[in-house]
Amino acid sequence: MFNKILIANRGEIACRVIKSARKMGIATVAIYSDADRHALHVQMADEAVHIGPPPANQSYIVIDKVMEAIRATGAEAVHPGYGFLSENRKFAEALEAEGVAFIGPPAGAIEAMGDKITSKKLAQEAGVSTVPGYMGLIEDAEEAVKISGEIGYPVMIKASAGGGGKGMRIAWNDDEAREGFQSSRNEAASSFGDDRIFIEKFVTQPRHIEIQVLGDKHGNCLYLGERECSIQRRNQKVIEEAPSPFLDEKTRRAMGEQAVALARAVDYSSAGTVEFIVDGERNFYFLEMNTRLQVEHPVTELITGVDLVEQMIRVAAGEKLDLTQEDISLDGWAMESRLYAEDPYRSFLPSIGRLTRYRPPEEHVEDASVVRNDTGVYEGGEISMYYDPMIAKLCTWGPTRDHAIEGMRVALDSFELEGIGHNLPFLSAVMDHPRFVSGEITTAFIAEEYPDGFSGAVLHDSALRKLAAGAAAMHRVSEIRAARVSGRMSHHEREVGRDWVVSLGGHDYPVTIDADRGGATVRLADDGALRVTSDWVPGRPLAVLDVDGETVVAKVAPQPLGFRMRHRGADLDVRVQTPRQFELSAHMLEKTPPDTSRMLLCPMPGLVVSLAVSAGDEVQEGQVLCTVEAMKMENVLRAERAGVVSKINAEPGSSLAVDDVIMEFE
Amino acid sequence: MKDILQELERRRGDAREGGGARRVEAQHSKGKLTARERIELLLDPGSFEEFDMFVSHRCTDFGMQDSKYSGDGVVTGWGTVNGRLVYVFSQDFTVFGGSLSETHAQKICKIMDMAMQNGAPVIGLNDSGGARIQEGVASLAGYADVFQRNIMASGVVPQISVIMGPCAGGAVYSPAMTDFIFMVKDSSYMFVTGPDVVKTVTNEVVTAEELGGAKTHTTKSSVADAAFENDLEALMEVRRLIDMLPLNNREKPPHRPFFDDPERLDMSLDTLIPENPNMPYDMKELIVKTADEGDFYEIQAEFAKNMITGFIRLEGQTVGVVANQPMVLAGCLDIDSSRKAARFVRFCDAFEIPILTFVDVPGFLPGTGQEFGGVIKHGAKLLFAFGEATVPKVTVITRKAYGGAYDVMSSKHIRGDFNYAWPTAEIAVMGAKGATEILYRSELGDAEKIAARTKDYEDRFANPFVAAERGFIDEVIQPHSTRKRVCRAFASLRNKKQTNPWKKHDNIPL
Repeated sequence: MFNKILIANRGEIACRVIKSARKMGIATVAIYSDADRHALHVQMADEAVHIGPPPANQSYIVIDKVMEAIRATGAEAVHPGYGFLSENRKFAEALEAEGVAFIGPPAGAIEAMGDKITSKKLAQEAGVSTVPGYMGLIEDAEEAVKISGEIGYPVMIKASAGGGGKGMRIAWNDDEAREGFQSSRNEAASSFGDDRIFIEKFVTQPRHIEIQVLGDKHGNCLYLGERECSIQRRNQKVIEEAPSPFLDEKTRRAMGEQAVALARAVDYSSAGTVEFIVDGERNFYFLEMNTRLQVEHPVTELITGVDLVEQMIRVAAGEKLDLTQEDISLDGWAMESRLYAEDPYRSFLPSIGRLTRYRPPEEHVEDASVVRNDTGVYEGGEISMYYDPMIAKLCTWGPTRDHAIEGMRVALDSFELEGIGHNLPFLSAVMDHPRFVSGEITTAFIAEEYPDGFSGAVLHDSALRKLAAGAAAMHRVSEIRAARVSGRMSHHEREVGRDWVVSLGGHDYPVTIDADRGGATVRLADDGALRVTSDWVPGRPLAVLDVDGETVVAKVAPQPLGFRMRHRGADLDVRVQTPRQFELSAHMLEKTPPDTSRMLLCPMPGLVVSLAVSAGDEVQEGQVLCTVEAMKMENVLRAERAGVVSKINAEPGSSLAVDDVIMEFE
Repeated sequence: MKDILQELERRRGDAREGGGARRVEAQHSKGKLTARERIELLLDPGSFEEFDMFVSHRCTDFGMQDSKYSGDGVVTGWGTVNGRLVYVFSQDFTVFGGSLSETHAQKICKIMDMAMQNGAPVIGLNDSGGARIQEGVASLAGYADVFQRNIMASGVVPQISVIMGPCAGGAVYSPAMTDFIFMVKDSSYMFVTGPDVVKTVTNEVVTAEELGGAKTHTTKSSVADAAFENDLEALMEVRRLIDMLPLNNREKPPHRPFFDDPERLDMSLDTLIPENPNMPYDMKELIVKTADEGDFYEIQAEFAKNMITGFIRLEGQTVGVVANQPMVLAGCLDIDSSRKAARFVRFCDAFEIPILTFVDVPGFLPGTGQEFGGVIKHGAKLLFAFGEATVPKVTVITRKAYGGAYDVMSSKHIRGDFNYAWPTAEIAVMGAKGATEILYRSELGDAEKIAARTKDYEDRFANPFVAAERGFIDEVIQPHSTRKRVCRAFASLRNKKQTNPWKKHDNIPL
């Protein structure tokens, strides 16, 4: 076994690898750029080597620099993580040349699978199901109909030179195939000057399901079940799970065996992933093979109990797998949510900056539940613009899918993250989405269910009632504390009342609170009572409440008349008022926020570098309006539509906060 | 007998109707509450006791004798906020537009006198069209009687003004002399002369909102200390502030049960200061992470943002915070920020509220604008305020403390009790670059030499240890232990006694 390995990566995956290495008694070496001087992976590793400026192409993916670090530290092997140099054949070769082990597949396998066409050919030869299609030239419409019939409807008729949906048709029968071919060809000719057309199977209700494989250098190879990664936003995976709610045992085995066959065909060793697209009838087709550890590998680890990183290290050291296919069984269900530094309320715009608060839920392993959080950040750390915006991978495990989902809901509610925009609310919303819960998902889930983006989850009545009861009990505690301030007129103290009206999510709940030592019984005016117990005290930003035996976790920020609460993807203004306050608050005018469509708002905190227009100018859509420098990056702000500039509120050199109005339009 | 008792209820009922249902409805339709409703929200339920409910004016001019309302346009009395005594007056816009008559003024004076005598704050809810013109000079006299009491009460009991409607002309000077002015957005304005007069005299066309609305006074003029969305919110925030203030100048600041460990360490503060000394960071993060339960009541949040002022609690007790904000103008001192902080420091000192100062200041803002505006005298106000203050003073230098600004920001030299510095502190006459350019003027042509000199200067002065060696810094502390250290420092100062030499009053450079 190796004495020391170097991790040629950063962030959560570097930390993840260090954990397994440490468990195995192997010393670790981290590499870091200027931007990562204080990063978690640097703190965790036994040694750390600086390898250059922040941009990855000047540090993490410069093979020479990594090689230098290896030489300097005497590392015997290198784990590449994912991304960066993980699928770089040259890197694998450079290591080989110096006699340093690469904790990954052989260079040949990387190369073979690195090319889409070669890999598809290899897959076909290995008996792996690929998307049926006809790659040759198609002469006329009748031939198109014939080929379509052979492939089986529906088919996709595509221009070879096509892109962006142009020259693309979907046909469900012969007539549509005939017509589709003709119009596709015409469109292709006029748009691309190239009328070559090909036809392939159109996969309906597509799901992204991938098989984890693991091989050693002694000819052993096995599969560790699948992962379903259909919840994607613009091809970026957001939520993954294992197993898939869709596969049956037969399909799973068929996919697994084909994946292993493909791995064998390229003499694969180490961990790898064979990605498939699966249609609504459980037909599956090979997409590509990733010759590295996948981001979402933890869900496989959670249901198989296999430490994939450990296995990779052992394989790289020449050990034989001490597992056989029979040893692999899938136990329970695992979910993974990727926390991204992206603001879901601003069309998932990346957000960078300081993590002023970062408190993930406590990791635990219990009989009926597991919470695991793979991360590379810490409170007070920085999310920089140079790398992937992923903050953490939050995983939960439970005996069933429902348990895993419920565990994830609570874990997401318990995750405290402040300082930057993040997608926690969105993840929570998906976990509560009936279609996601039903398992009826496809890769189009997000596009279909959130066509206009995300503006917060809407909670159903029973959730609102629980929150209302919790808020009432907490507000009462806060008020009692406030009434215990020093300097009171003795014997004339304020008595905090029992009757309150809680308003949230458009509902008003009149309640009466009966408090005792153990907690509070909150009677709702309409019917029934909810029992609230909690160890919450004023000032605590996370409320863990037991409401009628159910755990309700919410983030709370006090306001003069209640709280701002975040729960299950909803961001709520929760008002707790006395009946009289409630009555009088009816006179307060509803103020409509200013119409910002006629304003240019500053999208990030920054400094105005220059203004390209002045008041009175007519501007066209897309015209440059001004440049704002943030984090040393110049951001060009353009007109969203044509208009006339009426007023400019900033000048070069002004420093602006998010949403400051830079200019207004008529 | 029963009839006599009923007569009282009848009269009370009359008074409670104010200007009548129609005017009350008009008030409500503007999103404004009535004088009595406001008091109800401000005070603990059922705690209000009214004075002078049956007072009415004595004017007989212009047919006023036929138009009388019980209470005469202002509701006065006392009650409690979380059980603590306060006096309150609330102008009733439904009666003569809340205009101030001789008797109206007398009612206000009565509760102010009682507040002074009994050591409790005065809260004024202003909603008045101005002087009662029919009364002429009697009304003006009434204003002046109130003014004189504002002056006498200043520094004796806290005075808080909430502007909840118009407040124009002479009327503005009573709030102007109180400790805090809050405004309600969109429904209040304050100015000495209104838009019509402005148009006539200067030809400027301006709306009442632009001239004296909440936004103007919180961002431009600094007349107001905060603005809130509506009556309800404003009154709740007044309660929140009262909870933090002592009732009078003979009392220690209040304390209440707290749920935050004074020993709590915050490791994230160790990375608050960016690697690059020219990069800003948000000083509010330090304030919030130092405070009990992250609770910060900011005063003048929208004005002179390069300086932060406000109240926090430490171990349940109120502490005033003054801090440079590196996010704005690099946190430098200028006219506005000096004035803002000086007034805040003097309030704290007047009411025995300890002062915590966080320092990251590169110096004073240069420029003709500043010098012509008298930055010398305005900066001196802050220096004066810190120097004369006898309350417990704890200072933490987080990064830059350059030049005269270092002295000003509650330094050891002006009687700071505890002067701490983070290891990232740089206490020097100026930044290294500027210093070398002056010291080594002859070498300016040689970039390499200058860089080496700058490096030397940095090594020598860009740290807290030179100052610590001289005892100007009591101790260099870890950022993560700031809350703990500051709490302990204030705890040790609870019995601090310091007196300034007898004087009639000082002569702060106003």
